[in-house]
Amino acid sequence: MSEIASLPTGSRQRQGSNIGQPMTRREGVLKVTGQATYAADNNPEGLLYAVVATATIARGRVTHLDVEAAKAHPGVVEVLTPQNRPPLALDPDAKLHGFMFRLDLLQNDGVRYAGQPIALVVARTLEAANEGAALLAPQYEVEAPRVDLDGENFVPEVVGPGAPARAETGDFDAEYAGSAKTLEATYETPPQYHNAMEPHSIVAAWDGDRLSIDMPTQGMAMAIDRVAGLFGIPAENIHIRSPFLGGGFGSKGMPAGPQMLGIIAAKHVGAPVKLVLSRQQMYGPVGHRGQTRQTLRLGMSDDGRLTAIEHHTLASTSRFDDFVEPASNASHTLYAAPGIRTTHEGARIDIGTPMFMRAPGEASGSAALEGAIDEAAFAARMDPLDFRLLNYAEVEPISGKPFSSKALRECYAKGAERFGWAKRPLEPRSMRDAEGRLVGWGVGTAMFPAIMFQAAARAVIRADGSGLMETGAHDMGQGAWTALHQIAADGLGLSMDETEFRAGSSDLPDAGIAGGSGHTATAGMALHRAGEDVIAKLTELAVNDENSPLYGAGNVGVVARNGRLVRQDDESRGEPYAAILQRAGLAEIEGKGQGVPDAGPREKYAMDAHGAVFAEVTVDPDLGQIRVTRLIGAFAAGRVINPRMVESQYYGGMIWGISFALHEEAVHDKRSGRIMNANLAEYRVPVNADVPSLETILVHEDDPYVNALGIKGVGEIGVTGTVGAIAGAIWHATGVRVRRFPINVADLLEGAAAR
Amino acid sequence: MNLFEYVRPSSIAEAVAAAGEPGSAYLGAGTNLLDLMKGGVTRPSRLVDLTHLPDLNGIETLPDGSARIGALVKNSALAHDPDFAKRFPVVAEALLAGASAQLRNAATVGGNLMQRTRCSYFNDPASACNKREPGTGCDALGGENRSHAVLGWSDHCIAVHPSDFCVPLAALGAIVEIAGAGGQREVPLTDFHRLPGDTPDRETVLEAGEMIVAVRLPADAAAFADHQRYLKVRERTSYAFALASAAAALKIENGTIVEARLALGGVATKPWRAKAAEALLAGAAPGKQVFEKAAEAAFAEARPSGDNGYKIELGKRVVARVLAMAAAGTPDRMPALPASPFAPIPEGVVNV
Amino acid sequence: MNLSLTLTINGKRREIVLDDPRVTLLDLLRERLDLTGSKKGCDRGQCGACTILVHGQRINSCLALAISYDGASITTIEGLADGDALHPVQQAFIDHDGFQCGFCTPGQIMSAVGLIAEAQAGEDAERVREAMSGNICRCGAYKGITEAVLDAQAKISAGKERDAA
Repeated sequence: MSEIASLPTGSRQRQGSNIGQPMTRREGVLKVTGQATYAADNNPEGLLYAVVATATIARGRVTHLDVEAAKAHPGVVEVLTPQNRPPLALDPDAKLHGFMFRLDLLQNDGVRYAGQPIALVVARTLEAANEGAALLAPQYEVEAPRVDLDGENFVPEVVGPGAPARAETGDFDAEYAGSAKTLEATYETPPQYHNAMEPHSIVAAWDGDRLSIDMPTQGMAMAIDRVAGLFGIPAENIHIRSPFLGGGFGSKGMPAGPQMLGIIAAKHVGAPVKLVLSRQQMYGPVGHRGQTRQTLRLGMSDDGRLTAIEHHTLASTSRFDDFVEPASNASHTLYAAPGIRTTHEGARIDIGTPMFMRAPGEASGSAALEGAIDEAAFAARMDPLDFRLLNYAEVEPISGKPFSSKALRECYAKGAERFGWAKRPLEPRSMRDAEGRLVGWGVGTAMFPAIMFQAAARAVIRADGSGLMETGAHDMGQGAWTALHQIAADGLGLSMDETEFRAGSSDLPDAGIAGGSGHTATAGMALHRAGEDVIAKLTELAVNDENSPLYGAGNVGVVARNGRLVRQDDESRGEPYAAILQRAGLAEIEGKGQGVPDAGPREKYAMDAHGAVFAEVTVDPDLGQIRVTRLIGAFAAGRVINPRMVESQYYGGMIWGISFALHEEAVHDKRSGRIMNANLAEYRVPVNADVPSLETILVHEDDPYVNALGIKGVGEIGVTGTVGAIAGAIWHATGVRVRRFPINVADLLEGAAAR
Repeated sequence: MNLFEYVRPSSIAEAVAAAGEPGSAYLGAGTNLLDLMKGGVTRPSRLVDLTHLPDLNGIETLPDGSARIGALVKNSALAHDPDFAKRFPVVAEALLAGASAQLRNAATVGGNLMQRTRCSYFNDPASACNKREPGTGCDALGGENRSHAVLGWSDHCIAVHPSDFCVPLAALGAIVEIAGAGGQREVPLTDFHRLPGDTPDRETVLEAGEMIVAVRLPADAAAFADHQRYLKVRERTSYAFALASAAAALKIENGTIVEARLALGGVATKPWRAKAAEALLAGAAPGKQVFEKAAEAAFAEARPSGDNGYKIELGKRVVARVLAMAAAGTPDRMPALPASPFAPIPEGVVNV
Repeated sequence: MNLSLTLTINGKRREIVLDDPRVTLLDLLRERLDLTGSKKGCDRGQCGACTILVHGQRINSCLALAISYDGASITTIEGLADGDALHPVQQAFIDHDGFQCGFCTPGQIMSAVGLIAEAQAGEDAERVREAMSGNICRCGAYKGITEAVLDAQAKISAGKERDAA
């Protein structure tokens, strides 16, 4: 059953019965049978294979490549180096706007990070291309690299994609100086790599100046722009198919350099080319979460009320481009204090440019902030949850704006109740499991802004009464094929089966980007508006048609329900969409819609999703090995389109929190600058056995301001709060405060020895 | 991966002859060899595929009571062989604590003995490594070496031997049966792997063309069946190499340890039998103090090879714990998390 | 060098002549036989996305040299369903939302089928988690995966009991 109201002012009443239902994934059968095609699953006729050769030094230049040896290998067709790489229409080092990142497209012999592409081998088989790349045996002129945060720093103009590097409210210095208690703590987070299961890949084929691409992307329209610019062809000549992404997490937001190399190769050899990065090659040219060193200074009154928060972040960026992790900005929103100051510094080091990675800024920033908050709570001899409630932000601390909605208190309460938090002893090392292992409990506050981008959609109602909704949306696992289809069906007043939903292709209306947890809200609003538009047009036809039972009903209003338009004042009077169109002699009727952030409310309100995460860890007191034995997250993020998908997003985010707290770290050799664990064995992410118990609570929240559908976004918030909750639980279990992530066995052994 | 000649011998004699050529390598499951070849760590010019050879797939009990395991027996087949697992539970526990189910289904017993180190410098052809390329130096020294060896290392190599399986084999006195051009010979497992010394590239006593035919566990090893455990500490609950591990087997009669067997993994350059600790335990009553003394003895000669001093303390604790677990008795059924600190712990074993 | 081999893939016998000795089972399936359901996530036995069954046992196809598997019987994700009728493990993965992006899913499902056949885990979720730990899911669908394996296993054994009765 689905319905919408088509009253001119009634858009907020739109709540069809598809939205809110826990439908299983629409593409589920394709995925469980191996029929879902990811980019590298395409094998067009005449396909050649390209393999990237990457630098093993972090700074310097390539002095020799054994191109002859590579070319002599059976099956090798061509070797591309800076010497013979065909010209591009745009310098890969050009930066025309903040979302354009510099690429390494063989523009010269320089090496600016380990793992940088320095050549490309094209061959008839993958085996030959791989060996051809190995045979290049590059020689270098090496300069000493810098890969850590110790050294010269700079103050960036902006952090993240364009936020101010500094913000302040009140007088931090005065508040801090006048505080009854103060606390200073420095937290460190390591470089982390997205490591989506699907490596970055592309299958590119040219036909004259037309380009066909299979490539996973979180931003189809931006990718088209980038490709059009680099290759000097009109955007309409480019077709990108990206029906399924094997995970993105931010690393597929912008086209990566190696993918562009695949296009270059295809053009150069005049055949379709497949290029897939190896796992090792995903540690360099496809972005990462930059390392940070964050110093928190907190001031509070005797009774534990925060008076001052200063959050300073030193974060890495590359030598040649800018992306400074906006970690300090986590302190803008979470806790109230009269004096707040956030600042950032950058360090230019010899690495690939950092990039957006699931909860950029918030993940690292809240890891440090939550740790410091825990330290402050214990200094005040308060329960960490009580401390957070005492310092609850009723308005957004940095701006003073009211929140559009904030059900965080309920998240705390529901999570705490389910977890059994009330039984938590204040002192660390007070709990053991039945076999004598140490047990600890921690809590963290989760928060992520409700961002919206811009998107467009097209709606069609056909003469047979069925519907079609189109937007070039991206499903990287978050459930766009399902959730957006639900919104689409409700937008047309049809069931999902009556509504065809098209996405994942660049010849559809621009759906913006799948990032910032804003895709469902943005593309969803575009679909919603397109539905309104087409229903309004259909209504127009009916109410002006003497032969329609709805003739003249324009004033009382008409509702779209189950494929029919009916009178608002008497639902027994109406007719099917098909009848209206057939009588009008129309094969179909079309509507269009835009999803855009609503400037008015956004100026007035702070808009964020919130949550509370409770963690239990078990630690072997002798051996220091850690396991997160229980994790419960309660989240309020506006309207839930599909609770099954939303829970999965929270679970995924919380597991990323486990990963951040206990596992992930890229380890550089400081002498060579190379990452020594560029794989999935030693760069650890959690395995199934690391996640014995996970629970989420969906806290109901109506938000009348965030957008007409009331959607905030759920993709990233799960990471935030979780890291702090686990770190707090480890402290509570062991009494050891580790201020460096990931927390490992050695930290606990050495920390226990130091106690 | 380089091009190579693929040879599929139909007998051990043919295999040995084919592999006598320089640049040859034996192919078992390939779970380690193909990984190394893909990384450019090894570039053999000929692969001699052993997997189609007959008669190397059996798990048998010989008339003298010893167990003979063919070199091609899969890790999982051995771990799940009910008779074997009953007689040598610590071997099954170590096997199940290693790698993943998929890898254990492919990887062979012989291949496990031949597996190469996870040292990240060995696995990175751009780094200096005496093991990979003799005489080039060791970039692990002074590098990222938190996971490297604290026992048995030299100034030429500090790489850890990665095997779990070999640890209980070392403890229980396993024998390696070898075939070569000159016929068959046998070597105790503890002598099979060499210390790095100044030739870390020579990892085993195998001569050119020699291959492992079988591994034997002597009959007397089964006498420890009631008291044996494997314990492995790692940075992930599963599917990770050991930071430190140990296999312990005790023969306890009338409340006294008659004989003890102990070997260490994840801390040494080869599977490390701790005989001094065994000697300390013999004749003692099981108890925390003697276990701690044994742990001290096991690591008496340990020294950090870099930023890995924590492994000495960790290793001692692993030893004290695994001895206490072994003393408490072999569990009826393998725990859900084999060899993990999060598997059930016998009462009173946790220390701190 | 004779590089011809016979494989039975999803019940169908195939005579194959390789053009190169280096081809792994994974690359044979994906790049030469157009069976692209098995995925390459790491190519080094560290992620499990390439898991297939060989003689009913789950292995990493990325570390299996194809020529060495001459004579093997192989099941891939493409061979699991019976026409339109999904295998119980496939259905359970949908029901329990045991995937998000879907890239590791073929490997997870083949691993789960292998695990159920091994019959070592029983109804113990902890044993299932351990036994599924060779399949990394970066999206973090582990909870649904574990539930799906337990559910499918229960349904398969109930089906067997029915058949036996």
